[in-house]
Amino acid sequence: MKTISRWFGRNLIRIYAVIAFTYLFIPVAYTFVFSFNDSAKSNLIWKGFTFANWQNPCGAPQVCNALGNSIKIGFLATLFSTILGTMIAFAIGRHKFKGRSTTNLLIFLPMATPEIVLGASLLSLFLVFQINPGFWPTVIAHVLFCMSFVVVTVKARIASLDPRLEQAAMDLYANERETFRRVTLPLVAPGIAAAALLAFSLSFDDFIITNFNSGTMTTFPKFIYVSAARGIPAQANVIGSAMFILALTIVILGQFVGRKRKVS
Amino acid sequence: MRKIGTPYLLLIPGMGFLLIFFLLPIFNLAQTSTQTPRVGGDTGQYEQTFRFANYLDAILENREQFGRSFLYALITTILALAIAYPLAYAIAFKGGRFKNVMLVLVIAPFFVSFLLRTIAWKQILGEEGFVVPALRSLHIISESTTLTSSAFAVVMGMTYNFLPFMTLPLYASIDRIDPRTLEASGDLYANGFTTFRKVTLPLSMPGVVAGTLLTFIPAAGDYVNAAILGSPQTKMLGNVIESRYFRIVDYPTASALSFTLMAAILILVTIYVRKAGTEELV
Repeated sequence: MKTISRWFGRNLIRIYAVIAFTYLFIPVAYTFVFSFNDSAKSNLIWKGFTFANWQNPCGAPQVCNALGNSIKIGFLATLFSTILGTMIAFAIGRHKFKGRSTTNLLIFLPMATPEIVLGASLLSLFLVFQINPGFWPTVIAHVLFCMSFVVVTVKARIASLDPRLEQAAMDLYANERETFRRVTLPLVAPGIAAAALLAFSLSFDDFIITNFNSGTMTTFPKFIYVSAARGIPAQANVIGSAMFILALTIVILGQFVGRKRKVS
Repeated sequence: MRKIGTPYLLLIPGMGFLLIFFLLPIFNLAQTSTQTPRVGGDTGQYEQTFRFANYLDAILENREQFGRSFLYALITTILALAIAYPLAYAIAFKGGRFKNVMLVLVIAPFFVSFLLRTIAWKQILGEEGFVVPALRSLHIISESTTLTSSAFAVVMGMTYNFLPFMTLPLYASIDRIDPRTLEASGDLYANGFTTFRKVTLPLSMPGVVAGTLLTFIPAAGDYVNAAILGSPQTKMLGNVIESRYFRIVDYPTASALSFTLMAAILILVTIYVRKAGTEELV
């Protein structure tokens, strides 16, 4: 008895971690299990096991159209926000200049603004200039909220660099451009990659800002929200689960490549 | 030395973008908030009359939703902190070689759309789910009690959805703590609780501040959890703003509410950051 209670005492925090992870994964497991549900229309009650939804993920009307829009928007928003954000991160992380704290504040403000305010204010701007909400307004909105997160992520990576590495490159007669291209950029690259991944997942999963600025265009989260009232088709669960598996694979591969590099 | 112009060249595109698509819209929002319906105009047509009483009307009319937004956000933040702190601690100090795997596991649920996960909760906690019948047969809740369409479900949904935002900054600052400081505290006859209160907690404060902000801000403006898991009695400010925009096309009230929400959050955040004494956030 005593050894059991001592074991519990020593492993309490580990047991807690297992419970916390279970909590985090209950809805993920639910989504995954119900992607195999043999449901005709609404995916509410378990009707039986089938692979049909996975074989035909575009089976539900509109779902793949919405997914395509989300991927396109996510790709463009990631591209633009990563470029703009990385440039700002280098300016703040590597240079001293007038107005640095104002710049920092302007970067922080979009993160401290609730999404609904960002979305609503952008929509009112588009309405004033008589621009119809749709694809490009949504891309602009996504670049806006992703950019600050990119700046913060890349800036942290730049701050953790050892300045002596660049000095060494300069000592070895590399000029400024060569030092940047062959030393600085490769060292910052993992930070930029992490920022891009973060930007894509933020954009892909965004609903609130998208709902305000996309007009009649559907995205994947919007599709789910709209169809929630009459029951979500199992195909949405298939796409959600597939995205989960895909993203997990990318992250694990990234870790693996990173470790191999460190060893060699 | 580098040229003086370089930082400005790097900043111009991004800052220009923020000026046009962040500051200008906020300015425009402020402008819309004092407009009134155009006399003889159609629905949705407004003119500028600088009617600042719009704010008073909007806040008084929606004071319940206002209070609820901040109350729910506060409870969500406290719950998320209570759940995430031990988890972050476990990953940082007991993770060992599984640290990276556990971090990936914290972020992993993100990849399934948060709407799908919120709807999954609705079904798990709903009448057809397995939780309600189980609790009923154990007589923990009565036959007529439901878990969804309640404040409980809304707060639970928000706590769940924002948990990773709390866990990651907490982990980042707990992981930076040198375990030898904890040993030193033990050597000086501090018990576990005292060590936590006097060493671990103060050293992890930057993470606590960042995590609580990253949870509180989106929670206060959220309306998705309230829309999916709540009932008309749990409506938050976000729900009001949304319906003013899309269903009633009452742009001035929606703008006044948005602007007040943003101002309230900024004031709270400023006070909080000053009190907590960490300014390395930005």
